[in-house]
Amino acid sequence: MSNRRQFLKSAAALGAAIPAGAAAQTKSDHDKQHAHNMRQAAAAQPRPYMFLSQDEVAFLDAAVSHLIPKDELGPGAKEAGVTYFIDQQLFGGYGSMARKYTQGPWPEGTPQQGYQSPLTPAAVYRAGIRDTNAYCQKTYGKTFGALARAQQDEVLKGLDGGKIELEQVRSPFFFNMLLANTIEGFFADPVYGGNRDKAGWKLVGFPGVAAVYTSFIEKHNVPYKAQPVSIADITGRLAKVDEYGHPIHVMLDDDQAGA
Amino acid sequence: MATKLKPVDVVTIGVGLTGTILAQELASTGLKVVGIERGRWRDTEHDFAMPGVHDELKYVRNKELMQDLSRETITFRNNASETALPMRQLGSFLPGEGVGGAAVHWGGLTWRFLPWDFETRSQTLARYGAKQVSEECTMQDWGVSYAELEPHFNRFEYLYGVSGKAGNLNGKIIPGGNPFEGARSQEYPNPPLKTAYSSALFAKAAQSMGYKPFPVPTAANSRAYKNEYGQTIAACVYCGYCQFFACEMGAKGSPQTAVLPVLMKNPNYELRTLCNVTKINLDSEKKRAVSVTYVDSRGREFEQPAELILLTSYVLNNTRLMLLSGVGKPYDPATNTGVVGRNYAYQTPSSVTCFFEDKNFNAFMGAGGLGIAIDEFNGDNFDHSGLEFIGGGFIQAGSNGARPIEVRPVPQGTPRWGSEWKKAAAKYFNRNFSITIQGACQSYRGNYLDLDPTYRDAYGLPLLRMTFDRRDNETKMSDWLTNKAAEIAKAIRPSKMNVNPRRGKYTIVPYQSTHNTGGTVMGADPNSSVVNKYLQSWDVHNVFVIGAGNFPQNGGYNPTGTVGALTFQALEAIKTKYLKRPGALA
Repeated sequence: MSNRRQFLKSAAALGAAIPAGAAAQTKSDHDKQHAHNMRQAAAAQPRPYMFLSQDEVAFLDAAVSHLIPKDELGPGAKEAGVTYFIDQQLFGGYGSMARKYTQGPWPEGTPQQGYQSPLTPAAVYRAGIRDTNAYCQKTYGKTFGALARAQQDEVLKGLDGGKIELEQVRSPFFFNMLLANTIEGFFADPVYGGNRDKAGWKLVGFPGVAAVYTSFIEKHNVPYKAQPVSIADITGRLAKVDEYGHPIHVMLDDDQAGA
Repeated sequence: MATKLKPVDVVTIGVGLTGTILAQELASTGLKVVGIERGRWRDTEHDFAMPGVHDELKYVRNKELMQDLSRETITFRNNASETALPMRQLGSFLPGEGVGGAAVHWGGLTWRFLPWDFETRSQTLARYGAKQVSEECTMQDWGVSYAELEPHFNRFEYLYGVSGKAGNLNGKIIPGGNPFEGARSQEYPNPPLKTAYSSALFAKAAQSMGYKPFPVPTAANSRAYKNEYGQTIAACVYCGYCQFFACEMGAKGSPQTAVLPVLMKNPNYELRTLCNVTKINLDSEKKRAVSVTYVDSRGREFEQPAELILLTSYVLNNTRLMLLSGVGKPYDPATNTGVVGRNYAYQTPSSVTCFFEDKNFNAFMGAGGLGIAIDEFNGDNFDHSGLEFIGGGFIQAGSNGARPIEVRPVPQGTPRWGSEWKKAAAKYFNRNFSITIQGACQSYRGNYLDLDPTYRDAYGLPLLRMTFDRRDNETKMSDWLTNKAAEIAKAIRPSKMNVNPRRGKYTIVPYQSTHNTGGTVMGADPNSSVVNKYLQSWDVHNVFVIGAGNFPQNGGYNPTGTVGALTFQALEAIKTKYLKRPGALA
C-alpha cells in the first residue's frame, strides 16, 4: 500500500512539476525562450476539425473523458486532444481503410475472422454516434453529451458489453474501435494531434523517441527518467541529437519523476 | 498483351531475405539475374531515418512496412465447414512488402531448429509409437538432416552477423550456451547482447531450478561487424524500436544491411520494383517453366523469360503463385492427395506476465531478440511419455521495447478503461515483464491453403484461402509449457501474474507471430512434398521454392535461421548440381 501511495504522490508531482509541453534540453536561455514561443504559438493555433461535426465532437469529448479520465494522475483523453486525434484519423487513411481489403461480399463472419463490416471506420463512427445519441434521446430525453456523467458511464458500459443494441453497427464493434483509437490518441506521438503535452507518455514513463540506451540497459532496477521527446521536438530542433539523430534525453530530477 | 522481354538466366520472384542472397550468389557466378518485387525500394539512409522511424502509430498500428491488403490479402476460416472471409486488416501475422520483405521488420531471433525437428515423424514413432500422435496429424520428416544443413546455418549466421553463445561446439558442450542445440562447427560471429534486468531475474530463477539459461541468438548485432560481402552491420543501441520497425542504425541483419549494397552494384543484377508477378508460365508439357508474367506500376504487362525461376516471396504468396500457375498438384483434403497447400502450420505462442511493485524494468528499452532462454522443454528435449502431445518450445524473458499503444499490460481483473485502468497502466508500464513461450505447431490433414472461390485480388485473381485451427496437441502442449514458465515466474516472486496459455480457436485478430509455415513443404516423397531436399519442384525442375513454406510442420523456434540455412541449401544445389546438369536433382 505504501508503495502505491508513494507512487500516486510522486506521479501527481510529475504533473505539477513539469511545465506544459516541456521539451528537451536547449543550449541557452535564448533557445529556451524560442522553444517557449514555439509552444505558445502551437497552442494558440486553432485546430479545425476536418471530419467530425459539432455533435460528434460533443459526443467524443464526453466519451473519451470516461475511457481515460482526468484524475489525480493527470490529464485524461479529452485534455490530451484525443477527439482531435480521432478526427484526423477518420479524415485520413485510417478512416477510409487505406491499405486494407474492402471488397465484398460482407457476411458478418465469426469473431475469429475479424473485421468484416462493409463500413469504413469513418462510417462506423458516424453511424455509431448517431445511433447512440438516438438511444440516449429515447432513454433519457437527451443526447449523450448532455447526460450526467453517471448516465454516460452507464451508456458506455452498455455499448461495451453489447447490452445496448444499435441499429446500424454492432455496439461492441463500435465501442472497441472507439476504445482502441482513444488509447492510440493518448499514446501516439503528438504529431498526430493527440497526446498533448505528451500527457500519455508522462503518465506511464515512456520517453518517446528513443535515445541510445547501450550504457543504461544493464543498470538493473534503476528507473530511466527522461523528459519525453517527440518527433516534432527533433524536426523543430527543440531537442539535441547525436550523430545518428537520436535525441539526447534530459533526465528528470527524482522529485519530478513518478512513473 | 504482354510485352515479351529479352531472356535472362534467373528470375527471383520477391526480393527479401532469400531472394537477395540467391541473387547475389548467382549473379556473382556470371548469370544474369532479375529480381522482381511488388513493393517499393527501401534503404536505411532514406527510408528508415530518425526521427520518423520511431513512430509507433505509423509502424505498429498503420503497419507501414507490411503488405498492402487493398491489393491482395488472404481469406480465412477455422475449418472447411465455414465460409472463408477476407483478412481485411493485418493482425495475427504481418507479411512484409517492399525490398527486403519481412526481414526489414523482423525481431532478429536467429535459431537453428533442433536435429530432432528435421526428423519429427520418425523420431516420434520410434520413441513413443503411433499412439502419441493423432490420426489426423500429417507431420513428416524434412528429407534433409541437421548435419547436412549445419554448414548452411553457419554461413547464414556469419552473413547476418548473429550475436549469441555456442552451447555445442563440434559435439563439446560449452557452458553458457544452449546445451540442447545441434553440434555447430563454429562459435557465433558476435558475442551475446547485454543482459536486461528481466532476463537476469529469469536466468537466476531458471538456474536455481536446474535449467541452463543462455542468451537468445539474435541478428541485432552486439558490435559492428563486417560480413563476407564486406558489408558492415552496426552495433545495436537497444532503442526498443526493433520488431515491426526498420533499424535506423543498420544494426539488424537484413537484406538492406547484409546484402543489398553489394548486390545493387553487381552488373549482372537488375531489380524491378512495383512489379507484381501474376503467373509462372509453363511449356506445353508443363514440365518446364519458360517465363514469368508481371504487371508494372504503370499497368504494363510483361513476360520475362528465364532459365531458372526462384520463388522467393513470403510463404503465402509462394503457395498462391504455384496454385495460380499450375506448378505442382494442388492438395485435396478430401482425398489427402496432391501437395501444393498441404501441411500449413503456424506457431503456438503463450506467455506469463509478471507484475512488480518495487522493480523497474525500463520496459521501453531493448531489442527484438534481447533475451535469455531455456530449451529444456523444446522439441523432444524432455520425455513426452504420458503427456498426450508432442513438440515444445523455448521459454524466454527479455526486453523487446514496450511502446504504450501496443504493450501496456495490466493485471488480470483490471477494467479495460476508466480510472482503475489508468492507474494500473501508469503503475505497471515499466514494472512488468513477460516470460514468453514459442510453442511448436504440428500439421494436420484439415489445415491447408488453397484458392478462394469468391474473393479476388486487384488483378482479378483468386485470393489464397487459409483453413486453419490448432488441435488438442497444441492446446495441451501450450498448457503444459505455460505452466512450466509460470513455475519459473513464481520463483521470481512477482506481486501479480497473468498466465496466458494459448487456448480456444485460432483467431486472425490479435498479433501472434509472422511464423506461417508449410504449403510448399520439402520432403523425400513427391506424394507428400512440393519440393525435394534441394527445394526444387518435383514437377517443374527449373522452379525452386525457398522459405518457411518448406517446413513440413513448425518447431518451437522463430523460423528465420532455418530459412537462411535452406537458402544456402538451395544455392549449393543450384551451383554445384543444377547448373552443371539442369534436370531433376532427386
